[in-house]
Amino acid sequence: MSAAPGQTVGPFFHLGLPYEGGNDLVPPGRAGAIRLHGRVLDGDGVAVPDAMIEIWQADPDGKVCRVPGSLRRDGWTFTGFGRAATDADGHYWFSTVEPGETQPGRPPFFAVTVFARGLLDRLFTRAYLPDPDVYGADPLLGAVAPARRHTLVATRDEQGLVFDIHLQGPRETVFLSFPKHRGVWA
Amino acid sequence: MTTQADIDREIQAGLDSSREHQPRLDYPAYRSSILRHPTKALQPVDPEGVELWAPCFGHSDVGEAEADLTIQHSGEPQGSRITVSGRVLDGDGRAVPHQLVEIWQANAAGRYAHLRDQHPAPLDPNFSGQGRCLTDADGWYKFTTIQPGPYPWRNHLNAWRPAHIHFSLFGTDFTQRLVTQMYFPGDPLFPLDPIFQSVTDPKAREALIATYEHDLTSPEFSLGYRWDIVLTGSHRTPLDTDEELA
Ligand SMILES: [Fe+2]
Repeated sequence: MSAAPGQTVGPFFHLGLPYEGGNDLVPPGRAGAIRLHGRVLDGDGVAVPDAMIEIWQADPDGKVCRVPGSLRRDGWTFTGFGRAATDADGHYWFSTVEPGETQPGRPPFFAVTVFARGLLDRLFTRAYLPDPDVYGADPLLGAVAPARRHTLVATRDEQGLVFDIHLQGPRETVFLSFPKHRGVWA
Repeated sequence: MTTQADIDREIQAGLDSSREHQPRLDYPAYRSSILRHPTKALQPVDPEGVELWAPCFGHSDVGEAEADLTIQHSGEPQGSRITVSGRVLDGDGRAVPHQLVEIWQANAAGRYAHLRDQHPAPLDPNFSGQGRCLTDADGWYKFTTIQPGPYPWRNHLNAWRPAHIHFSLFGTDFTQRLVTQMYFPGDPLFPLDPIFQSVTDPKAREALIATYEHDLTSPEFSLGYRWDIVLTGSHRTPLDTDEELA
């Protein structure tokens, strides 16, 4: 069967998608909580104030969560899913924890999807934890041109992790296609 | 100022040069896309870890009443009441059960209850325009809402969007994530709309158009539209589905 085409989220997605607590996978400030944040930028390096980022991640033990509760958080259950709209400066942020390895020897990452007005379909990428020792072992990081690899790796700051997303331009983020997308993506 | 005739020529050039089942990301007829599309090829990768699974949503997340956009306020919203229903399927035709479907839309006059919408059409105090539901065990979803109006936008002079409802969908793995728009049959604005026409394959565009279905119409209550949504394929084999992760 052929997949339905995507269409842009448009300028009014705030009406339907972001929700209270969407970016707090764990309550901010709780022991072990980190901030994962960054900016979404266009081809001129200008902030994108109407983008939305989703993250989907394993817990610190590398377990993939299969529990509901992302939309109405109880403050205790870690669901692994978060959603955040960018602000006027193109800035997004999550309060979360660092994911663990889901497979031994593979560097952990946040799965990330990007939506925006002006972006006709969603984009997938990954935000890897900063850990240069194991990059070579990873099929994606090993396959990407070394000059672009950094676009997939978060950096550390005092509160946690920084991950900027460049939709276009010299620092364009590496975006992904998965096997079942090919053919429909052409 | 760019006119509709200019945009028509750009749309036609796109249709003449490609037949793609997904929107072209590099599609300048949609002016806002010019600086917001990647210029480098997408990097092929096999999904692993979390990407092979989708977030899980349950009845603690979504109340039954959220599927009815006409009962969110004290009065009845203006406009024609409609029922929109269909199935969410994966690329192999399997139902996507118990999964989240989210929608948002303009009111009957073509105005969004959103600060950024300055279209001088009336807001409706009885219509917010957002809804959610979970698919049932067979992948069915159902919303009760109002027929949204077409609305103007500033892509070019006299630009109007065909009436649509925005849909957000999850599958059984994260790679199936989809945000799209559902359109209504026979809209005269289809050929003029660069967002709709960014999908250059005509059959694929049809997949975005609901059909009127009289069996979904309720006597003296609402008109029925059917819209099935096929996601991309799941990367997990059916056998994996019941397997517990360590
Ligand atoms: Fe819209």
